[in-house]
Amino acid sequence: MMITGISIVTVWVLDTESAKEFYTKQLGFDLTTDIQLDSGMRWLTVRSPGSPGQEFLLVDPAHSMLEADTAVQVRALVAKGALSPGVLATTDCRADYDSLVERGVEFIQPPADRPYGIEAILRDDSGNWFSFTQRRAAESG
Amino acid sequence: MTDGFDCYVGAVSAVLTVSRPGVVDVNGLRALRRARDRIDRDYAEQLDIAALAADAGYSLGQFIRAFDAAYGETPGRYRTRRRVERACELLRSVNLTVTEICMLVGFSSLGSFSRRFADIVGRSPSEYRREAARVGGPAPIPGCFALMWRTGLPAPDAAAPDAAAPDAVEPAGSR
Repeated sequence: MMITGISIVTVWVLDTESAKEFYTKQLGFDLTTDIQLDSGMRWLTVRSPGSPGQEFLLVDPAHSMLEADTAVQVRALVAKGALSPGVLATTDCRADYDSLVERGVEFIQPPADRPYGIEAILRDDSGNWFSFTQRRAAESG
Repeated sequence: MTDGFDCYVGAVSAVLTVSRPGVVDVNGLRALRRARDRIDRDYAEQLDIAALAADAGYSLGQFIRAFDAAYGETPGRYRTRRRVERACELLRSVNLTVTEICMLVGFSSLGSFSRRFADIVGRSPSEYRREAARVGGPAPIPGCFALMWRTGLPAPDAAAPDAAAPDAVEPAGSR
């Protein structure tokens, strides 16, 4: 057995239309799929131009496989800023921070030196937070 | 589109029970989150709680109650913990006096800084610094988690048992 990586990451969002705008226009991702399924779920995926094998699936919990009460709870967690899908990688944290701020991306922490690299923290339009990190050369790969 | 993709979508659709849109006050929670982000970002400034309440569209009393319901502590307490957490990092990493650090993180008097610091950390700023110097080395936990994990401080008293209890994940919106 050989697991080769993660191909789709689920990101819970509060509004798929607004998320599509945010991820494509503000973060600069490519739109990969946008299909309305019969079940009511929208299959909306984007990916960073830098990692072709990896997509983000942007899902509104209210139109997903979650039952209604759970969907309400997940939406609340997203809105209050409790959830993080993970770490976005950059090769130049400070320069990319400047251009993302110019495009209106909300950061809750500007780039700072950390033992493992240079890191900023941003929020998406729903309230998910991402670490935005340039790893130290010795640790990359 | 590949067959593999179709298969996956088919599998997901098969288990789908599409739920109704929620009744949680998402806009209220977002406003609270923005207020909390401002505390995280602008902890060193004056940061009047009444002004944060007004910006979030709440009266002061409503704001304090709603913030507490969402995050488990009042905005004033959160602001204090954020400042103390920043002070801890500075005490570990930069060569400034305790008084300078106290002012840098937004406290206006050394007396209240030392009191609040001892309440939260369990020892005085100078003791904390001496101990950090003795142990040495960078903090083992990445800064992002220190920041986002409720400012990275072990919340005093009941926090640890709460975090382990299964009902601790009940979201604020359900209250």
